Amino acid sequence: MAEEVTRKPYERVMTMRWILRHPRYLRYMVREFSCLFIGGWTLLMVWGLTQLAEGPAAWAAFLECLKSPASIAFHVLALGFAAYHSVTWFNLTPKALPLQLGEHFVPDGVIAGAHFGAWAALSLAILSLAGAF
Amino acid sequence: MAISNKPIVWGPFAAGGTLTAFLTPALILLTLLAALGHAPDLLAYERLHALSGHWLAKLAVAGVVFLSLWSAAHRLRITCYDLGVRADTVVATIVYAGALGGTGVTVLYLARI
Repeated sequence: MAEEVTRKPYERVMTMRWILRHPRYLRYMVREFSCLFIGGWTLLMVWGLTQLAEGPAAWAAFLECLKSPASIAFHVLALGFAAYHSVTWFNLTPKALPLQLGEHFVPDGVIAGAHFGAWAALSLAILSLAGAF
Repeated sequence: MAISNKPIVWGPFAAGGTLTAFLTPALILLTLLAALGHAPDLLAYERLHALSGHWLAKLAVAGVVFLSLWSAAHRLRITCYDLGVRADTVVATIVYAGALGGTGVTVLYLARI
């Protein structure tokens, strides 16, 4: 008869409490949760595409669905989370894309600033081409 | 050299993260305007249907949907791990399959426009 195995490997229990230990952790989680809103909104658009393919009546019904209070609330939240993702993403660009010119590195503010400028220009172009204003 | 599939999942994540950072807020603003009853001209059926009929637009839509869903899926996978879910293979399979499924539906319906 084999000896009873008494080895008990230590398993660290993970809880969600670490998120609240420091504001930095909370900001990190808010950034990571943006994926639910960006992914969710994209899936909503995939559904919209299927309705567009079905014909004018289905598309009109889809646009009508968008007007529900739940949809408006989701859109406002999604816009906030998506913008937060953009801000955090562009703030990281100096770390991800350091640029050296001769002896010196281009300052972080210039690299991030260029991305923020391009983001603003592109957003204005999209809104204007779509006839939003 | 060790063989790793990390670049394959991480590449589209980084590309999608950049793409969504540039595009998604403005695009959400368009559908938010529609939700508030001020739909931009682009969202009129004739105009959007005609635009979606062009092969270049179809390619762009399929690409944007794939990269957006993939980067969201990858981030969700990491978030599940951060929240203590240790069944990474199961989570990864579900979220990546979801991203590929959404892209598949997109391609299927783009072909019907």
